[in-house]
Amino acid sequence: MVDTILGRKIGMTQIFDDSGQVVPVSVIEAGPCIVTQLKSVENDGYTAIQVGFGDIRPRLVNKPRSGQFTSAGVSVMRFLREIRTDNPGAYKHGDAIKCDIFQPGMRVKVTGTSKGKGYQGVVKLYHFHGGDATHGSTIRRKPQSGGATDAARTFKGTRKPGQMGNKQVTVRGLKIIRVDAEKNLLLIQGAVPGTDGTLLTIQRLEQR
Amino acid sequence: MALGPEVILEIERAEMVRSKEIWADNENRRREQDAKEKKRTEWETVSIEQRASIPAFRPGDTLRVHAKVVEGDRERIQIFEGVVIADNHELNRKCFTVRKISHGIGVERTFLLYSPRIEKIEVARYGKVRRAKLFYLRDRVGKHARIKEDRNPTR
Repeated sequence: MVDTILGRKIGMTQIFDDSGQVVPVSVIEAGPCIVTQLKSVENDGYTAIQVGFGDIRPRLVNKPRSGQFTSAGVSVMRFLREIRTDNPGAYKHGDAIKCDIFQPGMRVKVTGTSKGKGYQGVVKLYHFHGGDATHGSTIRRKPQSGGATDAARTFKGTRKPGQMGNKQVTVRGLKIIRVDAEKNLLLIQGAVPGTDGTLLTIQRLEQR
Repeated sequence: MALGPEVILEIERAEMVRSKEIWADNENRRREQDAKEKKRTEWETVSIEQRASIPAFRPGDTLRVHAKVVEGDRERIQIFEGVVIADNHELNRKCFTVRKISHGIGVERTFLLYSPRIEKIEVARYGKVRRAKLFYLRDRVGKHARIKEDRNPTR
């Protein structure tokens, strides 16, 4: 049994738990993920299954990619990702992985691409305090010093303005609140990365 | 596939019904526990039909909200009576703010309309106001904070 599924973020809402408390939840369309390829130690040096997820118009799939789907004998899908598993032999082409691999109460980690904020200054990006607003200040939101003067260079990793967001983010320890295998829906407590409609990878965490 | 925001609306509508079920479940559990403590073997169970219906009200109306409060491991019902000064959101998230003057100090409390922790809502008085949000009441005391009664309420 694999512990990972692909999903699309639909949005957020809130529901009541059994005691009547409100729980904020992210609604995720999770699966079904269709197995398209089995990776074996002999062929690839590691074991995994490759799965596809999401609708796409066949016209938008290029020939090399659509050939992969044809050879697996499944219809075209938007995303192809690999899921590591020790026992890919348990699956065959066309098998569907559904969100019923999860149970309410399980802890998961959710990986996705965060919302892009563009090129941002250091105050927003790294929470620098910024300079004085008054008293003749000329460094209101500037990054100030680039580092020591003795080294005569700026050290690697010094925080400077740059792109914020639109990068891979993983949120760990989120709790599954509800699983609807019929509608392929997962309700997960709290916020998950990215905009509505973004691709997410949901992986079960080992119970500690 | 490719589900959209209508899925969330569906969940929210279902939640409005589910809140009644949660209310009934909790009430039955409480009664069972109560019966056991008093060494009774029988007790009455409630069904979702017995859930008090929510009256139609608007900002400006005076409400008596019977809300459950947890004290230690006991639950009891507390009545909060005051003027509705605002309502927010829609569907299962709909909530309203009630303002009252307690010992000369203004107290405001926001309730979720569909919360299973609200036992009952009663309208004590209909008010006639020309605003959706009555935040101006916060700046008024005594006779200035009065609201005209609506004698022909259409809610």
